[in-house]
Amino acid sequence: MDLSTTYLGLDLPHPLMPGASPLVDDLDKVRRLEDAGAAAIVMRSLFEEQLAMEQLATVGHVDAHEGAHAEAASYLPSLDTFRLGPEDYLEQIRRIKQAVNLPLIGSLNGVTAGGWLDFAGQIAEAGADALELNVYFLAADPDESGEQVETRILEMVGAVKKQVQIPVAVKLSPHYTALANFARRLVSAGADGLVLFNRFYQPDIDVDELEVSRRLRLSDSKELPLRLRWLAILSGRIETSLAASGGVHTPIDAIKAVMTGAHAVQMVSALLEHGPEYLGQIKKGVAEWLEEHEYESLGQMLGSMNLERSPDPSGYERANYMEILQMWEA
Amino acid sequence: MKKRRQITIDGNEAAASVAYRTNEVIAIYPITPSSPMGELSDEWAVHKRPNIWGSIPSVVEMQSEGGASGAVHGALQAGALTTTFTSSQGLLLMIPNMYKIAGELNGFCMHVAARTLATHALSIFGDHSDVMACRQIGFGLLSSGSVQEAHDFALIGLAASLRSRIPFLHFFEGFRISHEVAKIEELSDDDIREIIRDEWVEAHRERALTPDRPVLRGTAQNPDAFFQAREACTPYYQACPGIVQEEMDRFAALTGRRYHLFDYFGDPEAERVIVIMGSGAGPVEETVAWLNARGEKVGVLKVRLYRPFSVGDFVTALPTTTRSIAVLDRTKEPGAIGEPLHLDVISALREARDTGITPFQTDPKVIGGRYGLSSKEFNPAMVKPVFDELSHEEPRSHFTVGIVDDVSYSSLEVDPEFDIEPDDVVRGVFFGLGADGTVGANKNSIKIIGEQTDNFAQGYFVYDSKKAGAVTISHLRFGPRPIQSTYLIRKASFVACHQFVFLDTYDVLEYAAPGAVFLLNAPYGPTEVWDHLPREVQEQILEKDLKFYVIDAYEVAKETGMGRRINTLMQTCFFAISGVLPRDEAIARIKETIQNTYGKKGQEVVARNFEAVDRALANLHQVEVPKKVTAEQGRPPLVAAEAPDFVQRVTAVMMANKGDHLPVSAFPIDGTWPVGTTKWEKRNIALEIPVWDPEICIQCNKCAMVCPHAAIRPKVVEPAALEGAPPTFKSTDFRGSEFEGQQYLLQVAPEDCTGCTLCVVVCPAKDKANPRHKAIDMHPQPPLREAEAANYTFFLGLPDPDRKQIKVDIKGSQFFEPLFEYSGACAGCGETPYVKLLTQLFGDRALIANATGCSSIYGGNLPTTPFTANADGRGPAWSNSLFEDNAEFGFGFRLAIDGLADRARQLLRGLAPSLGDTLVGPLLESSQITEGDYAEQRKRVAALRSKLKGIDDPAAPVLDELADYLVRKSVWLVGGDGWAYDIGFGGLDHVLALGRDVNALVLDTEVYSNTGGQQSKATPLGASAKFAVAGREIAKKDLGLVAMSYGHIYVARVAFGAKDAQTVRAFQEADSFPGPSLIIAYSHCIAHGYDMARGTEQQKLAVSSGIWPLYRFDPRRVAEGLPPLKLDSGAPKTSAADYMRNETRFRMVEKVDPERFKRFLKLAVRHAEQRYAVYQQLAGLTIPNPEQETEQAPEPAGTTK
Repeated sequence: MDLSTTYLGLDLPHPLMPGASPLVDDLDKVRRLEDAGAAAIVMRSLFEEQLAMEQLATVGHVDAHEGAHAEAASYLPSLDTFRLGPEDYLEQIRRIKQAVNLPLIGSLNGVTAGGWLDFAGQIAEAGADALELNVYFLAADPDESGEQVETRILEMVGAVKKQVQIPVAVKLSPHYTALANFARRLVSAGADGLVLFNRFYQPDIDVDELEVSRRLRLSDSKELPLRLRWLAILSGRIETSLAASGGVHTPIDAIKAVMTGAHAVQMVSALLEHGPEYLGQIKKGVAEWLEEHEYESLGQMLGSMNLERSPDPSGYERANYMEILQMWEA
Repeated sequence: MKKRRQITIDGNEAAASVAYRTNEVIAIYPITPSSPMGELSDEWAVHKRPNIWGSIPSVVEMQSEGGASGAVHGALQAGALTTTFTSSQGLLLMIPNMYKIAGELNGFCMHVAARTLATHALSIFGDHSDVMACRQIGFGLLSSGSVQEAHDFALIGLAASLRSRIPFLHFFEGFRISHEVAKIEELSDDDIREIIRDEWVEAHRERALTPDRPVLRGTAQNPDAFFQAREACTPYYQACPGIVQEEMDRFAALTGRRYHLFDYFGDPEAERVIVIMGSGAGPVEETVAWLNARGEKVGVLKVRLYRPFSVGDFVTALPTTTRSIAVLDRTKEPGAIGEPLHLDVISALREARDTGITPFQTDPKVIGGRYGLSSKEFNPAMVKPVFDELSHEEPRSHFTVGIVDDVSYSSLEVDPEFDIEPDDVVRGVFFGLGADGTVGANKNSIKIIGEQTDNFAQGYFVYDSKKAGAVTISHLRFGPRPIQSTYLIRKASFVACHQFVFLDTYDVLEYAAPGAVFLLNAPYGPTEVWDHLPREVQEQILEKDLKFYVIDAYEVAKETGMGRRINTLMQTCFFAISGVLPRDEAIARIKETIQNTYGKKGQEVVARNFEAVDRALANLHQVEVPKKVTAEQGRPPLVAAEAPDFVQRVTAVMMANKGDHLPVSAFPIDGTWPVGTTKWEKRNIALEIPVWDPEICIQCNKCAMVCPHAAIRPKVVEPAALEGAPPTFKSTDFRGSEFEGQQYLLQVAPEDCTGCTLCVVVCPAKDKANPRHKAIDMHPQPPLREAEAANYTFFLGLPDPDRKQIKVDIKGSQFFEPLFEYSGACAGCGETPYVKLLTQLFGDRALIANATGCSSIYGGNLPTTPFTANADGRGPAWSNSLFEDNAEFGFGFRLAIDGLADRARQLLRGLAPSLGDTLVGPLLESSQITEGDYAEQRKRVAALRSKLKGIDDPAAPVLDELADYLVRKSVWLVGGDGWAYDIGFGGLDHVLALGRDVNALVLDTEVYSNTGGQQSKATPLGASAKFAVAGREIAKKDLGLVAMSYGHIYVARVAFGAKDAQTVRAFQEADSFPGPSLIIAYSHCIAHGYDMARGTEQQKLAVSSGIWPLYRFDPRRVAEGLPPLKLDSGAPKTSAADYMRNETRFRMVEKVDPERFKRFLKLAVRHAEQRYAVYQQLAGLTIPNPEQETEQAPEPAGTTK
C-alpha cells in the first residue's frame, strides 16, 4: 500500500512520526523509532525561556558565591566546562542525524525576537531538515489584545523564514479567536505548515496543601476530535502542510486525521505509553485498513473528509448540537 | 630576547602552570591557600591539556596530605615526574614521606603556598611557619617573593632537583602571593623544554623501581650501617647550591630574568642590611631605594635558596662594608635562641670566619626580628624602623615589627604616616560584598588593564571570615614598573564603596588620598545622598577634597534583571571615572570580557550584562559636594553599650576592621576566648525578614527548627509576663495542653536574620482565604528594624519555659534555648540547624570537638563566635584541634571526663559517712536521661556543695571542684564529610570501635565545602565536584553501614528537611545511648548549586527518591529482641531525576553529556533500590541474644556510667 505523503516539502513514505517529546533525548529510542519505521523525527522543543531562566539561576546560585570567601574562589567546578546555552540540544540534533537516516524536524519555543531568530538559525545549522515553531504561549496579559498577540507571532514567523532556508511549520494552540484567519495569515507570512495543536500543562489544585500542581497528562483518543475539526476546516482552503498532533492512539485515529487533511500525523503519548515500536503497529494498522477498504493509496483519502469534501460540513462548523428536525433548508 | 606573552594571573596559577606542564603525576589534597593549584591542574587535565611531553598528567585527589605524599613517593619511585601542592598542616602531614623522598634522593619539586601553622588558633593566612618546620628534612627550600618568581622558580626548582637529585620545596606566601593577581611574562613550553633536559628525565626514569631490572629500596638498617649510609648523600647536598645557581644562570640567559641564591639590592657600600626571604623583600627593596636616594647606606639581601644554605654565597653577596644586619623571620619559634633564618645567618657568619672565607674585617652585628605572621601587614613604614634600629649603637634583637607588643615590649615603633609609594602608580580600593561580585569584577579589570596597556598591574583581595554577608576589600595597583608593593594600599586615588551600609561600619575613606575619586553605590540620587552620609564621611570628603560620584546600582541591576549582582555596573563606573583607560576602549574591553566570561553560561546573561554596562553610565552622577558638614549623626556604635568590657575593647575593634591596632595585651595568652559574642554583632544583612501572623500560625515551630541562624524563636510565657511589652509585640494563646493558658510567642531577630527564607518555605500554615499569605511572610527589613529589635530585646528578657515541662519532640525541642546563634554561616546553611539542635537539647552539658571545616569557621572564626551560654552560665564548651584528628580529640575529652567523674564518685563514696546516704546514693545511682533527671542531679550537686562546706576533710574541697562531673556530660565530635569519610575516617572508625560514650555528628554536604567543593568519598554518584568534574563515577561510601557492621554503635541517618521528628529522635537516642553514636546528617550546601531556600524541599526529594534513606540503628533494641535497625523512610517513590535536576552539581553533568547523566540517573535509581533492599532485610533481622541479661552495651575498662 502506498502510504506516501509530502509534509513541509519533505517526501515521506508515510505520515507517522513521533511528535515533539523527550523520546528523542535517548539515542537508543531514536534508533528504535527508526526501526519502527518512523517517517521523520521531531525534536523536543527548545524552550528559550527555560534556557534563559536556567542561565540566570545558575549564574545567581553559582556565581554569587564566587570570590566571596578567602578559602574558596568557587564552590563548583569552573562553568567553562559546562554550557548553559542550547549546545546540548544542537549536539543532540547532530547525534541523531548521525545515528539515523531520517528527516529531522527541530522544535523551538522562543520568547524574545532575538531568541526565536538565533536559535532557529542554530537549529538549522545543526542539520535540522525542517523546523517547528512551537507557539507555546498563553495570552494571560489583560493588556495585550488578540490582534497584538497575532501580529507578534506573524512578525516572528516572517523573521524566522528570512533567517533560515529550511521549511518552517508553526505549532499552535486552539486558543485563537479566528483560527482560520490566523492560519491563513501565518501561511502568508511564510509558514510552510501548521501543526494542530500543542497541549499545555494543566493546573490542578491540591486542596489540602492549597497548592497548584502542574501536570502533563498523557493524551487519549478523546482529544482527537478538536484536531479533526480544525484540520477539516483548514484543509483544502489554506494551501499549506498540516500535521495532527494530540490524541492519535490507534490506526483509526491516524486514518481520521489523514481524512480530515493531515499530511503528517504526530504521536507522543501513545509512544510514551507503548514504546517506540508502537509506531510500527499503527502504520501496519493503517495499511491494513486501507487495503481492507480497497483504497489505492493513502493519498486517495487525504482530506477526503475535510470541510469542502465531507458530505456534512456542518458537523465541523456548527458549534452547538441541533435537533435533526431543525436541520432543514428552505 | 624573544618576546613572550604577558599574562595576568595569581601566584597559584603561576606555579601550577609550570608544575602541570612538567609532571606526569599530581597527587594532592585540598587545603587553603594552595587548593587552586590542584584545582587548576584538574581542570587542565579535564580539558586534555598536555604537558611538555605531550601526555596528560594524572591528577588525583587523595584522602589526606599524608595520602597524597605517599602517592607522590610511590610515583617517584616508579619513575614518574611527580608533584604536589600543599600548605600548613597539610605540609606537616607530608613530612614523614618527605624524609623518605629526600633520603632516596628523588628528583621532585613540590609547591607550597606557605601558611601559618595552627597553634593557639588556626589561621589560613600566610607566613613561613610551615616551611620552617621542613628545614631539617633534606629538601631544597626555594623561596619566591612575587607572582613572576613563583612562575620562574617553579621551573628552576624542578631543574635544580632533577639535576642535583635533591628534592625541592618551592614556596611562596599564601594569599600575599598565592592569591595576588599580577601581570607577568609567561614561560612558553619551549622555554620549559629548554630548561628541563631530557637526560635528567631519562636518569630519573632509570632509577625507577621495575621488575625488568629489580633493586630494593626501603631497607631496615642496623647500627652497623645506618650512620654511614646516611652520610653517603652529603656530596649531593654540597653540590646542590652550585647547581641551583647554574640553573638560575641558564634561566637568565633564556629569559633575561637573573636570580642568585642570595640577591642583594641597595647601596654597594651599605652599612646596614636587612636579610629577608619571600614577599616581604618587596617593601624592603622599595624602602631601600627610597633611603638610598636620600643618601642612606642601606641594602637588602633576599634569600632565594634557604636550603641547602650556602655560606660562601651568602657572605659574598653582602657588601663588605656591612656593619649591622637585621634578619627578619616570618615565623615564631618560642623558646629558641632566635628564629631560624636569624640563627642561620649568625651561624653562617661564624662559619665563614672559622673557615677563613669571611670578607669582613669585623663581623657585622646581627639582630633578628619577627614580622608578618599570618599575613600581618608588612609595609615600608615597618621596614624603616628596622633600619633605624640598626643605626643604634646597641640594636635590639628579637624584636617584632608590625604589631604593638605591650607585654614583652619587643615591638619597634612604626610611624603610621610614613608612606613612600610613588605617584605614578594608580591605586584603587574597593569595598564590596562577597555576593555582589566585586572581587570577580576587579580581577577582570586587572586583566583588562594588564593586557590592554603597557602598565603592570596587581590585585590583592581581603576577605572577612563570614560566609553570609562577607565583606571584601580589593586593592588594585597599576603602574609603569613591575609592582613590588606586597602590602595593602593606604592612600588610594580611587575608592569605591559598593554597599552604602558599609559607611556605618567601616572607615572606608581612610583609604582615600587627598583629591581621590570616591564612588558610592547608594539608594539616593546625587542631590540627596549627601544628607544621608555619616558625619565622619562628610568630613573626610571635605578634608580630602574628594571627587564624589554616586550610582544607585541596585536599582539599575534590578531594572536590567541582574538581581543583586552589581559587579558589571560598578566596574563600568570605575573605568568611566578613574581614567586608567580611555572610556570607549574600556567599555569595549568590558563587553569583550563579559562575552568571554559569560558566553558559555548563555547569551541571556551576556545580554543583561551588556545592558548593565550601558545603563551604568547613564546612572552615574557626580555629586556637587556642599562646602560644609551637614550631618548631625556620626557612625552608630558598633556594639551596644551593654556589651561586656572585652567585647567593647577587643571584639568591636576587630569588627571595625581595626584589629591591627590592638596591642598584644588585648589578647588571651593561650587562645581561650569568651563565648557568645555574635550577639553583639548586629550585621543587618537581610533585605527582608519574616513577619509573623499569629492568627494563622499553627505553632508547629518548624520555622525555628530550620533557621540556620537561630534568628526566629518561639517561647511560651505567662500572660502576666507580657506586661510592658513594646507596642508592636505579638503573642497569641498557646494551642495545646502542656502550656494551657499561657501565651505563645514567635519572634524574629531582625538584625541577625540573613533573609534566607527557609522558615517561610517550611511554614505549613496558610491563610485559607489567601493562601499566598502564610503564618510567616517576608517583608522589607529597614522599616521593621527598629520596632522588631525592641521586640526581640523584650523577647530575650522573658523567661524560658521550664525544660522539665517540655515534651521533647520537634515542637518542644524549639522551646529549648539555642546556645548556638547568629553564626557567620551561609544564608540558608544546611548544617547549622543540626548544630543548633544539638545545643538546644544538650548544650548545657555538651563538649564539642569540631573538625576543621565550615563548622569550625562559622563556629570559631573571630571576631565573633556563635556558641553561647544560658542564664546559668552553662553552655557548650567548644574547641577545634585539627582536621584529621577530631574523633581522637573528642575521644580525649571523654577519657578526661570519665576519669574526673570516676574520681568524683570515688571521693563521694569516701565522704559518704559525713554526707549521708540519702544524698550520696541518688548522686551515684540516679539515672540521667530526661531533663527532669538532670535538674534533680544538679540540685543534688548544689546540695552536696553546700554540705561539703561544713566538712573538715581534705577530700571535701577536691570533691567540691569535681562535683559538676557527677552530672553526665555529652561529648560530641562534629565535622563534615571531608573529616568523617576521608581524612579523619581512620580515627573516627577507631574511636567508634573503642566503645566509649561519644557522639559523632557528621554534617554531610557530600563535598569539601569550606575549601570550595572538592569531592569527598561522600560525594554521590553522578555529582560534579572539583576533581570529579565529569560527575562522580563511584557511589557514596555507606559510612552508616560500616559503623553498623560493628554491632555496638548507635547509627542514624537523618535529614531535618525531610523528617524533622526523626532527626530530634536520633539526637536524643544518640545522647542517651551509653556507647558510641554516629549521626550522618544531610546538609544542603551552596556547593550543590541552587537556591538554599529550597534546601528542605530538596531534602524531601532526596529521601523520597531513596537517595538518602533515613534510619536508626540502635543496639539497645537487640536486648529487647527487636531488630536493631529501624527504617524511617519508605521505598523509593519519587524520581531521582526530579531530585538531581534541581541541583547544578548534577545538572552540570547533564548539560555537558546528557547520555552520561542518564547513565548516572539509572545507576542512582538502581543503587537507591538496592540499598533500600539491603536495609529492608537488615531491618527485619533479629539478632539472637541468648545472654541478654548480662550483655549490655560494651563497658570498656575504666568507664563508669
